Amino acid sequence: MIEAAINETAARKGRLSITVSLAILILVGLACLLGPWLTPHSYDRVYRDYVLVGPSLVAHPSAEELDTSLAVLTRRIHADTSSYERHGGSLHLTLTSAKPIDPRVLRFFDHSDLFGPAQIIPGETNESTLAFDLPIRQTYFFFGTDANGRDLLTRTLIAGRISLAVGLLASLVALLIGVAWGATAGYLGGRIDTLMMRIVEVVYALPFIFLVILLVVIFGRNFILIFVAIGAVEWLDMARIVRGQTLSIKRRDYVAAAEALGATSSAILWRHIIPNAAGPITAYLTVLVPRVILLESFVSFLGLGVQEPLTSWGILIADGARNIQAPIHLLIFPALFLGLTLAALNQLGENWRDRTGAGGA
Amino acid sequence: MDKASPVLAFKDVHVRYGGNEVVKGVSFTLARGEVTAIAGESGSGKTQTMLAALGLLGPEASATGSVLFEDRNLLALPEGELNHIRGKRIAIVFQEPMSALDPFVPVGKQIAAVMRRHEKLSPSQAKARAIELLDLVGIPEPDRRACAYVHELSGGQRQRVAIAMAVSCDPDVLIADEPTTALDVTVEARILDLITELKTRLGMAMVFISHDLGLVRRFADTIHVMRAGDIVESGSTQQIFSTPAHDYTKMLLAAAPKRTSRVPRQDAPVLLEARDLCVTYTLRGGLMSPRKEVRAVDHVSLALKQGQTLGLVGESGSGKSTLGRAILKLVAASGHISFEDRDLTGLDRKAMRPLRHQMQLVFQDPFGSLSPRMTISDIVTEGLRVHEPHLTRANRAARAAQALSEVRLDAALLQRFPHELSGGQRQRIAIARAMILKPKLVVLDEPTSALDRSVQADILDLLAALQKDHNLSYICISHDLSVMRAMADDIAVMKEGRIIEHGPAVEILTAPKTLYAQGLVAAAALKDPENARLLQLLQ
Repeated sequence: MIEAAINETAARKGRLSITVSLAILILVGLACLLGPWLTPHSYDRVYRDYVLVGPSLVAHPSAEELDTSLAVLTRRIHADTSSYERHGGSLHLTLTSAKPIDPRVLRFFDHSDLFGPAQIIPGETNESTLAFDLPIRQTYFFFGTDANGRDLLTRTLIAGRISLAVGLLASLVALLIGVAWGATAGYLGGRIDTLMMRIVEVVYALPFIFLVILLVVIFGRNFILIFVAIGAVEWLDMARIVRGQTLSIKRRDYVAAAEALGATSSAILWRHIIPNAAGPITAYLTVLVPRVILLESFVSFLGLGVQEPLTSWGILIADGARNIQAPIHLLIFPALFLGLTLAALNQLGENWRDRTGAGGA
Repeated sequence: MDKASPVLAFKDVHVRYGGNEVVKGVSFTLARGEVTAIAGESGSGKTQTMLAALGLLGPEASATGSVLFEDRNLLALPEGELNHIRGKRIAIVFQEPMSALDPFVPVGKQIAAVMRRHEKLSPSQAKARAIELLDLVGIPEPDRRACAYVHELSGGQRQRVAIAMAVSCDPDVLIADEPTTALDVTVEARILDLITELKTRLGMAMVFISHDLGLVRRFADTIHVMRAGDIVESGSTQQIFSTPAHDYTKMLLAAAPKRTSRVPRQDAPVLLEARDLCVTYTLRGGLMSPRKEVRAVDHVSLALKQGQTLGLVGESGSGKSTLGRAILKLVAASGHISFEDRDLTGLDRKAMRPLRHQMQLVFQDPFGSLSPRMTISDIVTEGLRVHEPHLTRANRAARAAQALSEVRLDAALLQRFPHELSGGQRQRIAIARAMILKPKLVVLDEPTSALDRSVQADILDLLAALQKDHNLSYICISHDLSVMRAMADDIAVMKEGRIIEHGPAVEILTAPKTLYAQGLVAAAALKDPENARLLQLLQ
């Protein structure tokens, strides 16, 4: 009765934070999954005219950018701007020069990220004057651009895909191997347990980076390798946790009752031990996912993981940290996404542990 | 101060957990030197009331009302001032001494620490006084025991240490929260003797919390009976026992389960026979210490006839539970077991599997014996999945509903989880899980000792009815002689792994031959009015 009351107040608090963390995770997940298709930019498209643009909700180019760009371009053509009017989305531009102007110079404008294809106005154009309409290409960089002039929003979302995929898949690998290994060792006990846990310790003793380099040397650089390498290391902790849980659960009366009913070892493992160890397992899993995401960025940082132009949150943050003196947005946005995801996962794990802890697992 | 003035006065104390009120306005007073008992079943709020007075409730709880101690309201006192009262003026002894004492500090030092804190004694003074106190609470060789750690002491000694610690500063009030519930009956009797003696010697007022009315009869001056957060009846001990007014009190007093009149058939065939059963555990030695062998069951022989009940009595650690499991071949044992003329001795786990449905087990703790992650339906039908795998889902559901009705539960419970049920309901589920396989032999390992008094009788009644309907044989393991009286045809008394006395239940309960059995019967008599009469007849 009293316990129920305590649980109830705790549960109410728990439910709120579970809802919030789940909402954050779902939002981040959906954004990363669908976002890259919805943004107008491709993650590897380089905008040479928009290097290190700050984040803003206003469309580019601004009047200032327009002026600078025009100045640069006309200088390159060796012409002067005699008149320049803006009509909404396009410019009416007249260039004059001492020497005759070849209309092919308009390609300079075409190549710019600021303008669309130019339309020559025949009536106003002669040998030394070139009049044309120049549509302004409106582009948005909500998160700004990076040092190569790539849209940070798209890159953050693409990076999220990679990071979340690595986090989930590698954790899943660790979960499957770890639970199977730990539960078997713990339940069977005796010499089998000793042998299986010694194997775990031997693998533990291998340095992680050594293992990754070894795998890369043998199999070449491959995206799948990240999962394998991280999964191969992270299942060890999972196996130990599950073994510990199994050791305590197998002494519970309900396991003895199942033995008295004549249930087989695999049935006991499947029906009794694993469900009752699920609390700590899930709690550890929610800690594992962020850990794996960080490990992935570490591996990528060393150049052994994800390769440019593909990216992950870890790489983006490393980039941002390197450029921290001037444009801070390079660091802030990926860090915000990673931080939110990790915090939500941790919160979820904590609530889970609290709930299952109270439930007796 | 005159003796009749109250030392502690509870006035309209409420304890709430969120919207849940667990103590609903408790008022009573405790006079100087008076012993008052608060009796009630689990969840009645008796402990919560006391914890509220000492400010020991968890952060989720809120207490209102007032508890006056020397004109100061303990509920409104700041933590710092409360610390001067707790331990020094009002001390508490908890149910489980193992968790109330620090495992890393020698017990003498723990007691001394209390006195150094409250009485500002020097270390050597405190140490001397601690040894004195250990002597007072009846611990042999107190100067040597003072250096012992908690795990080196027996359960009874631990509780003695906890009591010594509580009385070390000569408190005005001692609160004892079920101090003997975790102990064996014979130890319990000795601890109660100690408490009675301390009461007269130290003259402190005492609040004794217990679920067992019979227990407090000997030394309580007044009794308050609590139920669901309310005091339903208060009065002097004599008054409560001679003329209980409230139905609930009467129910608590009608404690001992009655024997269902049943004449055991002498010509019934023998169902189970065990000869020379031994269970040995090997304790792994440390670096220097050699491996040690412990005989949990030592050359035990017994026989059980069809439709009858064999009671195994003994204190904790006597090997009775291990014996029960060895008979079911759940722990490795040497010796000879035959079941319905089949020799089970050589069978391994796989070979035993087809036989398992004939021999089942019901555990003591219905909270631990049901997997918290399975629905009742899954729990009850687990045996069917093993032994009758051809059954369809619908067939299994029908059998589960049938099994539930057999243990007098509503089939609507099938979709629930164990934590949604009460202790008695859970134990019924555990029984249903065993009964669904239609076994011939059921080992009942303390089937009622984790349950409230009012539920115990129902469960025993149910077990007796099932035995009659299905001609079941029981091996009933218990330390509670009243359970034995209700259930057993034969009784075997166990001590240190051996059966030291064996015979018909009536003989053992009325004329025990060995000293050990006599001790058990005498200790049980202290609690049980009916046993007391028996004992008087004996003397």
